[in-house]
Order: sequence, then structure tokens, then C-alpha cells
Amino acid sequence: MARFSFLEWPVVRQLRTADSTARSSATVSEHTRELTSRNATADRVVQSVCPYCAVGCGQKVYVKDEKVIQIEGDPDSPISRGRLCPKGAASEQLVNAPGRQYEVLYRAPRAKDWQKLDLEQAVEMVADRFLEARRNKWQDADDKGRRLNRTMGIAALGGATLDNEENYLIKKLFTAAGAIQIENQARI
Amino acid sequence: MANADCIVIQGSNMAECHPVGFQWVAEAKARGARVIHVDPRFTRTSASADRHVPIRAGSDVVLLGALINHVLQNDLWFKEYVTSYTNAPFLISDDFKDTEDLDGLFSGYDPETGHYDRSSWAYKTDDDAGAEPEHGASASGRAEGESHGSGGPPVAKRPMRDDTLQDPRTVFQILKRHYSRYTPEMVQETCGVSVEDFEYLARSITENSGRDRTTCFAYAVGWTQHTLGAQFIRTASILQLLLGNMGRPGGGIMALRGHASIQGSTDIPTLFNILPGYLPMPTVDMETFQDYLDSIASKQQKGFWANADAYSVSLLKAWWGEASQPENNWAYDYIPRLTGPHGTYQTLEAMMRDEVEGYFILGQNPAVGSANGRMQRMGMSHLKWLVVRDLNMIESATWWKDGPEIASGEMRTEDIETEVFFFPAATHVEKSGTFTQTQRLLQWRHQAVTPPGDCQSELKFFHDLGQRIRAKLADSEDPRDRPLLDLTWDYPLHDDGDPSSEAVLAEINGRFLTGEDAGKPLSTFNQMKPDGSTSGGCWIYTGVYADGINHAADRMPGQEQDQIASKWGWAWPANRRILYNRASADPEGKPWSERKKLIWWDQDAGRWTGPDVPDFPVDRAPGTVPDPDAGGPAALAGDDPFIMQSDGKGWLFAPKGMVDGPLPAHYEAQESPVVNPLYPQQPSPTRELFPRGDNLTAPRYGQAGNEVYPYMFTTYRLTEQHTAGGMSRWLPYLAELQPEMFCEISAELAEERGLEPYGWATLVSPRAVIEAKVLVTDRVVSLDVAGRRIHQIGLPYHWGVGSDAVVTGDSANDLMGITLDPNVHIQESKVGMCDIRPGRRPRGEAATRLVSEYQQRAGLTVETGNERVTDPDLELRKEDPS
Amino acid sequence: MTSEPVQQRPNPTGDAHYDHPHSRRGFFTDTSICIGCKACEVACKEWNRNPADGDYEILGSSYDNTGALGADTWRHVAFIEQDRERIEEARESGRKLVDLGMPQVGPPQERGVADGAASSSATHTPDTPEFRWLMSSDVCKHCTNAGCLDVCPTGALFRTEYGTVVVQEDICNGCGTCVAGCPFGVIERREDGLVSTPAGREMPDTVKKPQNGVAQKCTLCYDRMKDDETPACAKTCPTTSIKYGEREDMLAAAHERVAQLHEQGMTEARLYGANPDDGVGGTGSIFLLLDEPEVYGLPPDPRVPTADLAHTFKRAGVAMAGMALATATAFMVGGRR
Repeated sequence: MARFSFLEWPVVRQLRTADSTARSSATVSEHTRELTSRNATADRVVQSVCPYCAVGCGQKVYVKDEKVIQIEGDPDSPISRGRLCPKGAASEQLVNAPGRQYEVLYRAPRAKDWQKLDLEQAVEMVADRFLEARRNKWQDADDKGRRLNRTMGIAALGGATLDNEENYLIKKLFTAAGAIQIENQARI
Repeated sequence: MANADCIVIQGSNMAECHPVGFQWVAEAKARGARVIHVDPRFTRTSASADRHVPIRAGSDVVLLGALINHVLQNDLWFKEYVTSYTNAPFLISDDFKDTEDLDGLFSGYDPETGHYDRSSWAYKTDDDAGAEPEHGASASGRAEGESHGSGGPPVAKRPMRDDTLQDPRTVFQILKRHYSRYTPEMVQETCGVSVEDFEYLARSITENSGRDRTTCFAYAVGWTQHTLGAQFIRTASILQLLLGNMGRPGGGIMALRGHASIQGSTDIPTLFNILPGYLPMPTVDMETFQDYLDSIASKQQKGFWANADAYSVSLLKAWWGEASQPENNWAYDYIPRLTGPHGTYQTLEAMMRDEVEGYFILGQNPAVGSANGRMQRMGMSHLKWLVVRDLNMIESATWWKDGPEIASGEMRTEDIETEVFFFPAATHVEKSGTFTQTQRLLQWRHQAVTPPGDCQSELKFFHDLGQRIRAKLADSEDPRDRPLLDLTWDYPLHDDGDPSSEAVLAEINGRFLTGEDAGKPLSTFNQMKPDGSTSGGCWIYTGVYADGINHAADRMPGQEQDQIASKWGWAWPANRRILYNRASADPEGKPWSERKKLIWWDQDAGRWTGPDVPDFPVDRAPGTVPDPDAGGPAALAGDDPFIMQSDGKGWLFAPKGMVDGPLPAHYEAQESPVVNPLYPQQPSPTRELFPRGDNLTAPRYGQAGNEVYPYMFTTYRLTEQHTAGGMSRWLPYLAELQPEMFCEISAELAEERGLEPYGWATLVSPRAVIEAKVLVTDRVVSLDVAGRRIHQIGLPYHWGVGSDAVVTGDSANDLMGITLDPNVHIQESKVGMCDIRPGRRPRGEAATRLVSEYQQRAGLTVETGNERVTDPDLELRKEDPS
Repeated sequence: MTSEPVQQRPNPTGDAHYDHPHSRRGFFTDTSICIGCKACEVACKEWNRNPADGDYEILGSSYDNTGALGADTWRHVAFIEQDRERIEEARESGRKLVDLGMPQVGPPQERGVADGAASSSATHTPDTPEFRWLMSSDVCKHCTNAGCLDVCPTGALFRTEYGTVVVQEDICNGCGTCVAGCPFGVIERREDGLVSTPAGREMPDTVKKPQNGVAQKCTLCYDRMKDDETPACAKTCPTTSIKYGEREDMLAAAHERVAQLHEQGMTEARLYGANPDDGVGGTGSIFLLLDEPEVYGLPPDPRVPTADLAHTFKRAGVAMAGMALATATAFMVGGRR
């Protein structure tokens, strides 16, 4: 608790000094004096782009101790001039969200809940299932004998929130695997 | 947009969905531009506009068609622009018949298949050699929608024309006749828009178009999510071409997109029907590589699509490297073939039939965000395995334990066989890469931090998955595994094991494979060759990595650049910021006006110049008449600004490319409260139907049972939330701003149904029942349409039923049915019919029972509302020789 | 419209004994271009790491679900739906304010009209719309005569070198005297400093800010200001409805904007907080409103309880004892919870 001095009581102070409207620099605490912008403490600032809508507003990401401490608009962007909407302004919370998932989870057939699963093992399991589904629903040709070279056993949905490079690898891998049922939000 | 003199926002709630983009509208308005918002509801966009024009959802073609009619009847079109830059003077085949002739159908309709034979929509030609409109497989009605993206299909090379525009077969006269009944009175009758509002709108756009002024249209999913969504946009394009507003500063039609890279995910598609750069996926009838190329473009046609062979071969070289050789047609047969639409809703049906075993959901939430949510969740329960990759534990990952069907008893957790894998994803700051924003601008994001815990980027996950799959197949002799084993998949890795996204971008850009420049990046797609000497994963992106520099990361501050800001990011194609900007100059190459100049012909230098990159062969003089035997870019005349169209012109009439009509005609939605006032044909005759017991449709107005679902509803988004909520409902700061599902209704409807402000309401559609809090507001008005009082209910669709998000609620998409636009296969989720009543919805089995009771009362069957042709006289007329 | 020169008053930092006082800073919130997006609310919470408000339920006030300014919400956007009749009343009352000689500034500016506004869209009395939806982002007023500061018994509230009013969290003892001292109902004690969710999850360590019982309000981003950064709300505002700068510039911009709107026939426009003779001596945060202040939940005639204290004390020392007693009582009863 702060030390209480009757003489520093604003009402008294304003009578004691010439400060007719009760204002004084004398009350400034050490903490207040040393106060500084959190941004100024960042180890680095990285240019990024807002992940929500397609306007493409510029963002600056402030990083300290390998943690994101702030995300705000990039005034240099000719698209957004440093401004962000409520979603863009919440980007830091998106990264540090209280409900964000950090672990791989697995739900077995008929199971009532999740169980934890090792990341490596999980990807390996998906790879096995991918190949099995591909094999099970493979089509070499249609009923007229025309080439199809495809599998109907695997489908994907998503991409509008992903990077071009990611979509490129997904389309490339799926096409090479003969999986054609691939869709994203552009159609929704 | 900041350069516009008038901005019409229609089918978009721009201030709410794109607030930061709206700053340019606000700025234009501050400069004196007029802003008009046309929308069923008075939204935050309306609040910031000069005027809000309320409209019945789904009637936009009537309003826009009436504006076209107004412009034509009153001679307000931009004569020089229209005659030089559009196909107005071209003649259409004598066999073409309009909806005016056939009571709402165009010539060539087959009621059996629901498809058009479009041969009668072609240009009329004077030599048969030129009349070779169909190349290979695109002759089949269904394939067209799949087989080209933005490029535009081939058309006859030498159409006949009449520059006086008087010939009744000219596009101009056909257009005039087609819209002659689209009058202000018809607008009032159909859209519920007053004649006074119509005249204000008409006056605003015509006074603000021409040499010295431009009007801009902005739209979003309010236009696309309809059975004739593509035609909504076409109608606006026709209007903008007539007013001379395309390719010019402050003009155009701006698509406002909801996701960070929704443009990018179409350019480099995670879509079934196209390959990168809008090259089509081959269909089963394109048996040879030549068939495939012929389906895209003829070497003889005008414009840049004529070089599709170079783009295709470069793509195949990028994917299969040394295995792609002339002897095997560059590995063309490695690409799987389509046999029809394989969109997300067709895939859903396949899931229901147990034909799909595994499903990847990547940063999307179909259990909440896709139409007919119940069908989505039921479909997933048929899978053997499901992979969900997201930041948060979204409803699409948990429906098996806390979805609405578990609550209603339709599914039991312990009966569901589906294996579910949840992989935590990396956020946008935990990986590097590009998003392509809505104006085709690629912007690089630098990685700020490494992903925490098990979180991974999609790049890392799929690269890893590909490596494992290839390793497992390494010893395979099966030819079907060759495409996977021969795939170029050797991306350099960073220290943390993540593949280099910059290396992927370089592959997308393309490089020289032979000669002295071997290994160097391409600078432009014009360097691509069909002989295997170049590679490139997406031709329209070529140049983003020119000279080995990642131009998507260009970041010259906006304040140090002119308004075009060409040194911030990189726009496709070739860093052009305004497409078709040749049209910003007159046929002689001079700016239409000083105020609206963008690029112009510099006679002394012999080239096009200006602040933007010319979207035209840079040295093609305005008066150039090309060699009649030339093809490709060389065939473009000096006044052919629309360089991606096969005739270089803007299309008022689409002789190709649209499967549901060469001109937009108004049809009512699949579910509609009125009879189509324009034609006896009620809904679009070519819409894609999903007649199923779990996807029932309300009866049309006038049919028995229609009164059971008396109210229209429409869905939309709010500023404070993001689509299906995966990136917003888990954030306390956003969740608190719009915490609960609600419906917006007029005071009139509230009184009619006894609904209390901020109390609960239950909404029942032929598909589902949901509940929502009630907002009674003057922002929603009831309209007088077709002599009736029409009540519209507004429903935001951000909430879903689950247990993990900060805020949850019933999903508006559960009410929606699945019926699609035949061109682009997007569902109609802006209009539906329902009932509304006070109080919370029943729980458990009672919820399902309530939906059934309604269905029985309305007498619904799978046939209800799913007739293709609704005109009883159609058969009669077909036999009539006249 | 007649124009009078802006009445300048001394910067309140002037007599606060700073070695290096700055010009007084403030906001100008132009509600006529607010689109109600609430980016200001989010940017403010994110910067200041304030907890989410309420129980995640619809409040029953149009699109407003955070309710009012308080300990956790330092920017608050109000939504008001109005019909034609009310718009006409607002237009009339605004016109009367001008007739009464509301201070205006400078000659009408040459604006976008020069850049070729269509003849029919020239600026004259606009049609009265059938309906309008007002949106307004409220914030602490940073008063010239700040009631909260005047009654604070601990010196936790202080006048910064930028003329703003800020709570020092390390000094505040949570007595709550200031809460009653604010005529705008802005300052409040925080009940719970943690962001929580229905699933019972807490914010990660980077975002935790436990400050039970301490008085809270907008600091005008004092920490950012020290590094020459724009306050978070003003920086994020998509349409520049929230402007930040030297208070004199803000005042001039506000007068210019109100004159522009009046010229366009929008006589409902009026300023709030721009009058140095009002009950708080004018505010650091100035607002352009399109209706009576009450419509936005703002007091029409705010008076700082201590406004006349100095004057009063000279005449009656008794009052001082009364005041001291009252505050001391509050101090002892309040304490830290």
C-alpha cells in the first residue's frame, strides 16, 4: 500500500501550492517514471499480413524472448496504412489464444474421448491410411475404357486461409496421388 | 476505389466485412463521391452510405437489368467505348432464341438433362472455316463449367459485325430486347425497390460515368451464393461495360473476399476443376495432350491463352521434372481425369454413400460453415478417418461427441467408427509464405517465431506426408505409383526441418531448364516455352521471383510511392495493378480524360506508358490491325483491351463460357416467396439439384404447403466474427463483442409472430430447427413484392454447436439446403424459406420431431421444388413449328 | 454561419511543475464517420491486456454487447437506431446551438467539391433519411478539471506531462473515491483482472494482468505516448473516426469538421467537450456528435464535483474540512479488497 501523506492529499496540496487545479508532477511514482511502450522492449519486429479477410492489411509483429508480445497495423502498407479491423486487432490473441491447441489428439473408432498421440506416429498413421484409401477406391478407367487414373477414396477441404506455397504442395501431392476431390472456401 | 465518383455496394456488407478496405470508400466519399448501398438489411455499410436501398434478397438481376435497360433506352451508354471495346457490334447466330422468345429459356435447352446445347449462342461468321466454336470436349454441356477458370473459352475467330449496331442480330440489339421488360415498375414489383430509389440509383451511376467520371461496383458473397450467382456478376459487368467503367481508375467491379488467401487458393487452386493458373483439370474425354490443349485455346485465337501449351508443359516440367518428356506427352497421363463435378457437395454425397474413406479439413469448419450442416456432420460419420488441422478445437473435429445429432439422438458416439486425428496448426506469424489478397496482390509474410508444441505449418505437414508416402512406395513397380515417385519433392529444409517456402515460391515462378540461363528464374510468362526448356508451377505468378528476388516481399513504404504503389508486394499478372487497363485510354491511345488517365500511348517512344504496368503488349500501337492469320498475343488489335478474352473484347453477350445462358435472366431462388414476375420459368432451369430426403425444399408460392414456411431468411457475417468462427469464437476479445446467435426481424414480423425483443425465437426450415435471440429493428424492413407483404429474417452464421469455443450457438447454415449455381457450383445460401416462432427450440429427439411435423404438414417429398422446368406450356411450344 | 476564434485555455500541464512539459494531447472522435467496427475496443484491450467484459450474452442494445465504459472496457462503441422524426429533431436542436453562438472556427474549407463532385451531389441540405444508425466510440474525457484526480487521496491519479489523466496502479489503494468523482462514470475499480472463458481456461502468462480492486480507465496509452507512438485505438481506427494529436489541433479539426457538416445541411452535428467554459473546463477527448449527448449516454452538462472547490474554499473553509472528512472516510472504508 502506498505511503499516505496528508500533505500530498490533492485537496490539501492544491491549497498548499499554486497548483489551483490540483495537478502536480510530484506524485509520479518510480514505476510510472520508468514506464515505456511494450513495443520498445521487442527484440525484433517482423512484417506480416493479417490472416483474416482478403483485404491484406499489413501487420507488424513484435517479438520478445521468442514470444509474440504485440501485433498491430503496419503504417507503411499502401493497402491499410496501419489500420486494422477488430479481427486484425485481435491477431495477437489469435496467436496466444487461451483455447489454442498445442498437441496432436486422436479419437479411436467408437471412443468417447480424445487421447494424446505422438506427432511422428500420427503422421505415420495418416500416411498408411492415405495409401490404403487410395488403393481401395482406385479407378483405372471408366466403363468405356477411357483412362481415369484416380482415387475417389480421399478428399480435402480447405485452403483459403493457407499460403499459396502450401496450397501448391497440397494440389501437387493430391494430383500425383490421383486424388481429385479437393475443395476450399472459394466454392462456399 | 478511392478514385471512384460513385460507388455502388451491392451484395456486400463492406463496412462490416472489410472495414479497413472501407477506408477507401470513406475517403472517396469525403472527396465528394456518392456511396449507395443496395442490400436486404440496413447494415453498418448502409449507415455510412449516402443512401440505403432495401431489396428483396435474390432479385438483383432485375435491378441491374433494369439499370441496363435504362442506360440503353435513354441513350446513356458510352458510345466510343462500347463500339470499340465490347462485342456490341458482333452478330449472333440466326439460330439463337432469347428468353423473350421462349418464355424464360434460351435456345438449346434439354429438359431431360437440364443442360443447354450452346451452339446457337455462337457468333455469326461469314466463313465456315472460322466457325469452329467447339474444341474437343467442351462440347458437352456439363464440362464447360469445369474446364476453364477466368481465361474465357475459344470463340469463332472472325465474327460478322455491324458497327451501326442496327442489325437485329447484333449483340447490342439482342441485349436491348432482352432487358426491355426490366422496367422501374418491374423492379418495384420484384425487388420491392421504390421507383424513386431506382431513379436515384440510375441517375447516380449514369451521371458518374463517362470520359471524366467513373463508377465502381463492389460485391461479395451476397452475389455469389445464389443459384445464378455467376449471372449476378455478369449483369453488373454488362452494365459497367456499357457505362465504360471497366479497366479504368475508379471503375470496375470489385470482388470482396472473406479469407486471407481465397484469391490465392483459386489461382493456385485447392479446387477440383482447375490446375494452377486456371489451366483446366483434364476430363475423361481429353485422352491426348492435344485434346487437352485444344480444349483450352486454339493457337489461332487472340490473346494470351493461345500460349496455353507453354504454360501447361512448364507446369508438367515443374511437377515431374526429368520424368516429363516429349515422348510421354510431358507426363500428361500422370494427371487424374474428371468425369463431372467433384465439388465439396458432390463429395459429401459420395461420403454418404461410403465412397470416401479419408477426409482432410484444413483451416475450415464445414460442420458450421457449409450449407445443410446436419448433412455435413452425418457425412463425416461415414468416413473411415478424418484429419482436422486447425488452431482451435473446431466443431468439425468434435461433432462425434458434442454435435447437434448427438444431442438429438440421431448419432451415438459409441456407434461412430470414424477415426479422428486433430493436428494443431501454425499461425500466420509462425511460418513464412504468401497470401494473395483480393486485388491479386501477393504479399510475403516473414516468420516471426517458431510454432509452439506440436503445431506445424501445412507446408511442413504435407511435405512430410509426401515424403513418407513416397518412402513407403519406393519399391513399387505399380505404374499407378509412378506419378508419386517421379514427383519433384526435394525442397531444401531450414534448420528446424521446415521446407523452404521461398524455394516453393521459386518453383511456382518457374525457371529456365536449358541453355545459358539454365537454373535462372523466369521474369515473365512470355518466356515459357512448350518444348520442355522451361518450368513453372503457376504461369500467372511468373515474375514474382524474377531475377531471384522475392518480389512478394517488396516493401517500399506506401508514403514513398505514387498511388499505384507498385513496389509493395507483387500483383499478377506481371505486377499489373488494374486489369485490362488499355481500356483507360481511347482507341487512339489517349486518356479518356486528364482526370481519369492511367496508361496511354507514347507516340515518340512507341510504347504504352503510365503509372501502372500496361496490361497490353507494350509496343502494340493503337491503330494496329494484326495479320489475319496471326494467333495469340500477336493477333490482338490495337483496340482489343480485353487481352484474356479470345476476341479481345469485353463481353456484353457471352457466346461461350456460361452454362446457364449468354445473358443474365432473372429466375427466382430454389425457395422463394413469389412467382417469377418475368417468366413462366420460375427457378434457374440449369441449377444443380440435390433431391434427397435430408435436403428437402419448401413448396413454391402457390403450391400446397407453401404457407408452412412463410418467411424468407438470408445469412451474413458480422464485423466482430470470422466466417464459421474458428479464428474468432475462441478469442475472448472478439467473442464478447458478438456473443450469441441472433436473428434480425422487423417490428411488423415481431408483432405478427409475438416475438419479444431480445427473447428467444425458434426457426424451422425444411432441413432443420435452430434457435436464436431476437433483435427487433427498423434496420430490417418488410417489403411489398408482387402484391404481397414479404418479411425477411436476417441470420448471421458464425456460431456452431460444440463445447470448446468461448461462445457457441446454433448454426444458421443448418437451415440451408444445398442447391448450386451450375457454372461455379457455389451453393445458394443467401435465400431460404422458414417459419419463426417464440421461445427456445425443443431439445433431444423432440427437435427432430418438430422438423418432421413441419415437413409432413407441408407435404414435402424429394420432388418438391425440384422441377427443372416450371412452365406447363413448354412441351406444347416445342411442338409448335413457329 | 458566423465564426469566432477558438478560445484558448492554458495547458493544464502548465502548472503541474514538469521540467519538460509537452503540448496537451487528446482525441478527436468524429462519430459521423464511425462504422461501428469496434476495432478500437479490441485494440485497446489487447494493448492494455484488459479482461473481456460480461457473461458473453447479448445485452439488448442493438450491436453493443460491452455496455459502457468501465474498469475493463476503456473504449466503448454505442449503437443508436433512430427514425426520421428523431433525425429531424436532432437537426433542429443542432441548428439552435449554432444560432446560440456555438463556437466555430475558420472559414469554410475548400474540399472534395473541387475534385469534381457531381453537380447533383453538391453540398446542400440533404434529404432527411427515413432511418439512421448512429455509432460512437466513447472514451475517458481526460478533463481539464478532472474530478477523479481532484478527489484521489493517494496521488495515484496524476496529470501527465501530456496533460492527460492517468492512474498509477502501484499507488492506487482501491478506495474508490474517484469513481464518484467522475461526472462521466468512466473510472471504475476492477473486480477481476483475468480473462477467462466458459471452458475455464485462462489467458497465457503474456496476457495476464491481475489487478484486483485497483481503479482503471483509459490512459490515452501513456506508455505508448512516451515512445511517440499513437494510442492503440486511434492507430487501428479504419476510417480515422478516432484522431489523436495535440489537443489544439484536435480542437481546430473538430471545429472545421462541424462547420463542414453544417454547410452540407447536417445541422445535427455538434461538438462535445470543446467548450472551455463547461463544468469540467473542456475535455482532452473531443467528440463530434450527431444528436444530443444524452442519446449517446453522455451527460448533457457534466460538472466536476470539485470544479468550484478552490473558489469555494476561499469563502468557506468549512467546506474543506467536510471534503477532507468525506474523502478520508472513503479512504479508510475503501482500502484494498
